[in-house]
Amino acid sequence: MKLFMAVWSSLVAITLAEVYLAYLHFPAVTMLLMLIGLSVLKAGLIMAYFMHLRFEKFTLFLTLIPATVFCIGMMTVIFPDSLRLFEVRIHH
Amino acid sequence: MTETHTEVALDSPWSGGGSPYAMGSKKLGMWLFIISDVMTFTALLMAYSYSRVSNPDWPAHVFPIFPAVIFSTTMTVVLLASSLTMVMAVAAAHRGARGAAVKWLLATMAGGLIFCGLHVTEWFHLIEEGVRLFSNPWGSPLFGAAFFGITGLHMTHVMCGVIYLGVIAWGYGTSRFKDEDVEVSGLYWHFVDLVWMFVFPMIYLMSVKYS
Repeated sequence: MKLFMAVWSSLVAITLAEVYLAYLHFPAVTMLLMLIGLSVLKAGLIMAYFMHLRFEKFTLFLTLIPATVFCIGMMTVIFPDSLRLFEVRIHH
Repeated sequence: MTETHTEVALDSPWSGGGSPYAMGSKKLGMWLFIISDVMTFTALLMAYSYSRVSNPDWPAHVFPIFPAVIFSTTMTVVLLASSLTMVMAVAAAHRGARGAAVKWLLATMAGGLIFCGLHVTEWFHLIEEGVRLFSNPWGSPLFGAAFFGITGLHMTHVMCGVIYLGVIAWGYGTSRFKDEDVEVSGLYWHFVDLVWMFVFPMIYLMSVKYS
């Protein structure tokens, strides 16, 4: 139970750190990368400990996680197009 | 092939033997559902980010520290706390302590209900300010659709989770369900928590109003 309390405390601490970061005047992209980075860390902690993924057979991790990361990566491929749209609208 | 080789092949996790993941089909099914739901939320958050970047009139700094940021931070902590009570419920179920498991499940449901109550109150603050699904006083009308769509789908997941946990608490308390069922419902609940860990920074924290 000590382990779960430690994980929970880290999750709350990271959340408060995110709220603090949101009020520092960083450029949007830097802010997004920092917040998403911390959120991925939180998601990792939740999956590894609360969802017991760390204590399951490693084959489950290998089956689920790399494919998910790949699919999410494929979704980001279209993202740069939004910047082009932004430029097009600004100049018109 | 000798007999020893056959045994080695069946023992390998990739041989498709009796139970390659060493877990019940319910648990594996829940993991597969969770992965498909990850795709749904990722697609929505991706569409939200895309719309936000491509629209110069996107309302980018709209959430004041009170009520929006205070409310959403409290909601995050409440949801995290309900994940901890869910961990307790699963641990109690593994010990076979039915009474304790049901109490922890009820505590988790209470956390979910408090989350939804705070979230609906927060929605009403925005509605009072004139934000609607297809219009808002600040800029791109897509803002309302994206905001209510994503947070609404998440709230639906929380409400479904509260009902799901209620059924599990009833079934486990009356010995109809096994401890595995509590564990599987726990996976779902932690996933709902996990999704909020992305919705909260992307929707709220990226849009705080600097004073």
